[in-house]
Formats: sequence, structure tokens, C-alpha cells
Amino acid sequence: MGFFTDTSVCIGCKACEVACKEWNSVPEDGLEFTGMSYDNTQQLGADTWRHVAFIEQSKPIGQAEPGTDHGGSPGAASDGGGTDMRWLMASDVCKHCTHAACLDVCPTGSLFRTEFGTVVVQEDICNGCGYCVPACPYGVIDQRKEDGRVWKCTLCYDRIGGGLEPACAKACPTDSIQYGPLDELRERAALRVEQLHGIGVEDARLYGHDPDDGVGGDGAFFLLLDEPEVYGLPPDPVVTTRDMPSMWRHAGVAAAAMLGGLAAVFAAHGREGGAR
Amino acid sequence: MSESEVRKDGVHGARPDREALVGKGLPGRGGGGRGRRGRRGGRGEKAMVPEAEFTSYYGRPVLKAPTWKASDVAAYLFLGGLAGAGSVLAAGAQLTGRPVAARALKISSLAAITGSTAALIHDLGRPARFANMLRVMKPTSPMSMGSWILAGYGPAAGAAAVLDATGLFPRLGAAATGAAAALGPAVTTYTAVLICDTAVPAWHEGRREMPFVFTGSAMSAAAGMALAAAPVRETGPMRTAALLGGVLELAAAKTLEHRAGLAAEPYKQGKAGRFMRAGEILSGAGTAGAVLLGGRSRAAAALCGTALLAGSTCTRFGIFHAGMQSARDPKYTVVPQRERVNAREAEART
Repeated sequence: MGFFTDTSVCIGCKACEVACKEWNSVPEDGLEFTGMSYDNTQQLGADTWRHVAFIEQSKPIGQAEPGTDHGGSPGAASDGGGTDMRWLMASDVCKHCTHAACLDVCPTGSLFRTEFGTVVVQEDICNGCGYCVPACPYGVIDQRKEDGRVWKCTLCYDRIGGGLEPACAKACPTDSIQYGPLDELRERAALRVEQLHGIGVEDARLYGHDPDDGVGGDGAFFLLLDEPEVYGLPPDPVVTTRDMPSMWRHAGVAAAAMLGGLAAVFAAHGREGGAR
Repeated sequence: MSESEVRKDGVHGARPDREALVGKGLPGRGGGGRGRRGRRGGRGEKAMVPEAEFTSYYGRPVLKAPTWKASDVAAYLFLGGLAGAGSVLAAGAQLTGRPVAARALKISSLAAITGSTAALIHDLGRPARFANMLRVMKPTSPMSMGSWILAGYGPAAGAAAVLDATGLFPRLGAAATGAAAALGPAVTTYTAVLICDTAVPAWHEGRREMPFVFTGSAMSAAAGMALAAAPVRETGPMRTAALLGGVLELAAAKTLEHRAGLAAEPYKQGKAGRFMRAGEILSGAGTAGAVLLGGRSRAAAALCGTALLAGSTCTRFGIFHAGMQSARDPKYTVVPQRERVNAREAEART
């Protein structure tokens, strides 16, 4: 099971952020004005399991004519009386990777794969080593300062176990967040991309839908209207444990070099009072 | 506290990161943005790599930087190396009739491994959490494997030191010395895999050289410890080991800095760059001094040994901070990945 987030219909209402916090009793994570944009949540974190990004761009969307007068909006450029500005809104979430680096590196087995194919932290086992934090190629999972343990989206493990859809999907007024079996979601997503391309939104593309990508496909994938990095997403994330055998091999060679090298050193010097 | 000002003809003095940067090459803002400008290279420093063109979400990091504290984890990396390589040197010293050096190294290994375990537990927050580490055994988690290596190595190193110092059960002591020496190289190198098995660009891209940097740095630190603690007549092999370690550390670190491309940039800049340079100078001077003067005077040997220990510490802190720097700047994550995607797409087109 998984999420398909169609950002082309996201209206940035943040209902998903609120619903997630309410259902999962996620603590408040600081009320601050960042001054960077209207996005004061800033990023996913231990206490933000859904995050709505607001991207302000001067770029037309679809077949909208740049420079068209949208009724004297305050941002209208003086020359043509119109504006070519657009907003992109996108609700981000844990990707529930098929090959999840956080799960791979967790030394306690606290992170596990559920029967729904999602990735969840068992908070009573997490020992706060923080290893999963830099392991995540998407920068999702994070440590909660007060208790030292890590937290992230559970894809509402409790709700989906009871046959309900996750709180964010339930709360989304435009069905930008859709929940269901991944195959069905991928089919729906492909149709939607085709539809958007048909009406001239050439930049529409899917992200994280490909089971052959660097993380084996995401359990939560997206329809984006620009490059992933514009949304703060990595363009080509890779599960780093993929290189594990090679890394252990290099460590083995280094360890052997140390043993061999030092043995040779002692052999060359001989017993004390001997060669030197 | 904004210094920008809105006038009739637009916004003046707006913060550079204010607008999200649109994909480059796409219509609209042709050429895209450049991310945080003017943050580096401001002091007449020659840029090693051309300034990367990339787009990001308000210049925010893509990755979460490690939550680890430098005082705990960088110290942990150094102490683990000192302990592991020290145990191998101790066994060699014991076998070749250098009892003072052997005892000093066994004691320093015990102290170092105790210190590194304390640093680890401090980073976890509560001692009870260390027990969770031994709940499973996972080869995909270097931290899990490392915990098991430490669980075997710690008692062996402890027994080796205590039995040597007290003179009790010499056979058991020899066995413990041997066991600690056998596990020592694993203690030294697993930490390299630990940090490289993350999405942190400066660490992951250096994954091939990192075990060699760690091994060299550890050998040089342990040899330094022996030079500082044992009489000159016993430290002949230690001086050669210092040379071997110093050369390996420097060669591997330089290879890393040249091969890892953009991801190696943090090793040359900021706090990490300063630690790396200090490490090079201290290790270089310590090694040269040990080889040239370490055999003549006890005082010179002690001074060089201290320089070697300090050099190894600086290198570990440099590596730690380079990772932090590379995780905090989205450039190091986005640019190489974007290049990979573009190359793949270009290949698919042809």
C-alpha cells in the first residue's frame, strides 16, 4: 500500500499537516516565521511527518499565457498588465522506500517493514543512535531533541491496519494525496500525467514511481510540475547499502594491510637488541 | 529583521535565498539559480572545482545532517583507531621482547576503548540504550556489526591490559593479547564503513579510500602513543610503523580528495579544511621527527609521538566536519545526482 501525491491539484491548505499531527499526537515543532517564503514548516522532521512546500516561480503553467491580465492582481507586471508567476504546492512525506537505507542501517531492528510494505519505527526499541538520519537519501527521518529517538511518518500504520485511509489522505480536500495499492496508484498516476501533457503541462512528471530506481521504488511517489530539486527532493537518490559488499571488502583489505604491514615491520626489526 | 525594502519599482535588497530557484534550462528564469552565493571562496582562495550550477528549495539542505556531536563521534572514531591499532602493535612488541611498549599500548588500548564506549553511550543519551545494540546482528548495519566487534574486542583488550599489569595468568594474558590483536584491525576499519554507509556525500563518495585513511591514521596514532610512552631502545618498529601509517593516511586522504570530485570539496574548506590541514602538518612533522630524531632522544620521541596523536585526532575531526558540511549544503547532494540523471538521459537518447 502507498501514497500517490498529485501536486498539480495541491492547494497548499496544509490540512494534511494538521490531520497528521492530530491523529498521531505529534508535538508542536516551533512556531517561527522563517522569512524565506510562506512555508513556515520548512521541512520534514521528527515532528513534521507531512510538509507542504510552497514554491514561488516566474514561469507559466500549462497553456496559461504569460502576461495575461488576471484581473489586476497585486503582483501584476506593469508592462503587459499580467504576470507569469505561478505557485507550486507539494505535500511531502516519508517515501517508504522499497530498499530503505534507514531500515538497513538500524542497529537495533527498531525500524521494520510492515505487512503493508511500509517502513515504521518501533519507538520502544529505538535507542537514539541517530544512524538512520544521515542514511536517508531524502532527509526524512530525524531525531526528536527531547527524547533522542527518531520519528517519521508511519503511513498511519494503526489506521490502515483498521481498514481506514491515512489521516492526511482522508483530510485532503482535493485528493492531491491518494492512498491505495501501489499498482493501482501507478496506473492512475500514468493516466494523470498523460492528461496533463495533453493540456500542455509539459513539465508534469512522476517521481519515485519506478521500481527500478536507486531505492527500488517509493511507497510514496509524486507527480511533480518541475525538477525534483526545485521541491527539495534529490534528483537521483540511491540506497547507500547497495555498496555495502564493496565497502566491507575495502575495509577488509585495509585491515589485512594493517596486520600484514605491522607484522612485516616487526619481522624486519627483529627482537629487541637485534637488528636495531 | 529583514533589510529588504519594497518600493514602487520592486523589492530592493531582498535576501538572495528568497525565491525558489526554478529548474535551469527551462523557460522562465533561464539559466536557473546558483544557490547560496558568496558563501565560500571569499578570501582569495582558489576554487578547486568550478562553482556548481544547481537548483534547490530555498537553498535548504536535502539531507538531514547527522545528529551526532563532534565531541562524541569524532572522538569515538579516533579512540577506536588508537585502541585497535594499539592492540596489534602491543602484540608485536610482546612477541619481539619489548615489554614496556607492549604494556603501555595495552593500557592505552583499554583506556581508548573505554573512552570510545563512553562517548558512544553519551551520544545515545542513556546507558541502557547500549544494550539494544546487541538485540540483533545485521551485516547491513555497520553499527550493529561494530557493536558485536566491540563486545568481543573490549573484554579481550581489558583482560590483556589487566593481566599484563598485574602479572597474573601469563598464558591467559598472551591469549587475550592475541585476541585483541586479531580483532584490532576490525575495530579500526569498521568505523570507516560506518560513516561511508550514509547518504552524506563527502563520506559516501570517499568510501573506497576511507578505510585506508582510518587504518593509516590509527597506526600513526598508536605508534605515537608508543613513542611517547616507551623507552627509545624499544621503539624501533614503532618509528617504522609511524612512517607506514603516516604515508598511508596521507596518500589515502589525498586520493580521496582528488577522486571524489565535488563531494571532496568540503575536505578543503571551512572547519573541516582547517582540521584536515592541521592533521597533515602534525602527522607529517610527527612522522618526519620520529624517523629522524625519535631514535636518539626520549624527549624528541615523546614530542613526535604527541604530534602524531594530535595529527590523527585532527584528521578524524576533519573527516567528521567534512561530512557535516556536505550534508548541510544541497549542492553536494543535488549536483552529482543531477549529472547522473542527465548522463543517463543523454545515453537513452542516443
